[in-house]
Amino acid sequence: MEVTITVNGTAHTLDIEPRELLVHVLREELRLTGTHIGCDSTSCGACTVLYDGTPVKSCTVFGVQADGIEITTVEGLLTAAGLDPMQAAFKEHHGLQCGFCTPGMMLVGKCLIEQNPAPSDDDVRDAIGGNICRCTGYMNIVKAIQAAAAQQQAASTPTPANA
Amino acid sequence: MLPSSFEYHRPTTIDEALDLLASLGDDAKVLAGGQSLIPMMKLRFAAPAHLVDINRIEGLDAIEEADGELHIGALVRHNQLAGSELIGSKYPLIAAAAPQIADPLVRNLGTIGGSLTHCDPSGDLGAVMLAANARVVLKSKDGEREVPVTEFLADTFQSSIAPNELLTKVRITSPTGAYGGTYLKLERKIGDYATVAVATRLMMSNGSIGAAGIGLTSVGLTNIKATAAEDALVGQAPSRELFAEAGQLAAAAASPVGDVRGSEQYKRHMVEVYVRRGLTRSAEMAGAA
Repeated sequence: MEVTITVNGTAHTLDIEPRELLVHVLREELRLTGTHIGCDSTSCGACTVLYDGTPVKSCTVFGVQADGIEITTVEGLLTAAGLDPMQAAFKEHHGLQCGFCTPGMMLVGKCLIEQNPAPSDDDVRDAIGGNICRCTGYMNIVKAIQAAAAQQQAASTPTPANA
Repeated sequence: MLPSSFEYHRPTTIDEALDLLASLGDDAKVLAGGQSLIPMMKLRFAAPAHLVDINRIEGLDAIEEADGELHIGALVRHNQLAGSELIGSKYPLIAAAAPQIADPLVRNLGTIGGSLTHCDPSGDLGAVMLAANARVVLKSKDGEREVPVTEFLADTFQSSIAPNELLTKVRITSPTGAYGGTYLKLERKIGDYATVAVATRLMMSNGSIGAAGIGLTSVGLTNIKATAAEDALVGQAPSRELFAEAGQLAAAAASPVGDVRGSEQYKRHMVEVYVRRGLTRSAEMAGAA
């Protein structure tokens, strides 16, 4: 079946089988292997992508459903200017160890701080409730997402005129 | 894990979907949020030859009040329910349950229609809708019928929907006067099935209980409506003793099985505790405690 999926701003027209899951389309057809397969059973969140801006588990969506949808993967965070503030914050605050859950954590974080520019500890912990990390114990992930939020707020605060 | 091969259909109107369901019959399944169906297909517990994806049909995702009723469209996502101002201001039982379903990512896709039609005895919305005396609207090419949720949740993973029907909305009578409700869920971790969960709802009438609803999750082959406990409450003034009695009646209606989440005895006890606690909280909300 022919579908057109926009991934990280680029439209891709692909001929895929209906039973292929979105995570397969991303990893195997488009070779975007930053989206990981962890549990493959809707439990761990390693395959999280943004689906028209909303975080979902790409192992539990068929690729054909994404026809006409905009998908953002972790590869889409990097800009010409370098790391996204979320990526920089994870690096700075040691928000990762093995890195397997990190793409999902950062994408959930991106969506959270767009909706809630100053999330509390509980807000962050609620938001990442569908993403499992088996290394760091979450402390630094929470710190990193809050640091990225602070960075985003500082960047959007207008500089006083003639300061 | 790949499911078996299937043919994919994406109707954009209800009529188109009903035509497909009528012609494909038993070989088709409706795909809504997919958060239960897709895992079942990956495990090959389900292998439909056709999937009818209803996600692009307009007008199935409204939450609105009309003629003294709340209407929830079949495609309303759990997070949409959790964030709805109307639900938050007037339907405390649903407002309490929605943010406790599965995990935040699953709630972004999972729908009320899918959840009810899946008929998982561990499903949260089944118990909520039993306590709320909800009805579902089922449409087919032959017309439309309204079925009480008590009948709709027919058996384990088996609703009473016919292969040619589409669930289009859920209807609940809007509360009047003083009322309260809540959903208490015991779970080992976010995203796990409930060990036990209890939906409670009370509506007051001249100082006594005018209507009561109690639904149970994960303690039987289906979600259970604790009717003996509900009957015992109606017409009485709220009290600790009354709520304790209702808790015992609800625990007697439960038929849990012991598993990794807890023993049969523990689960039954938690039903009693949660019914008592839920009713107390509901009465407090109604200003009757």
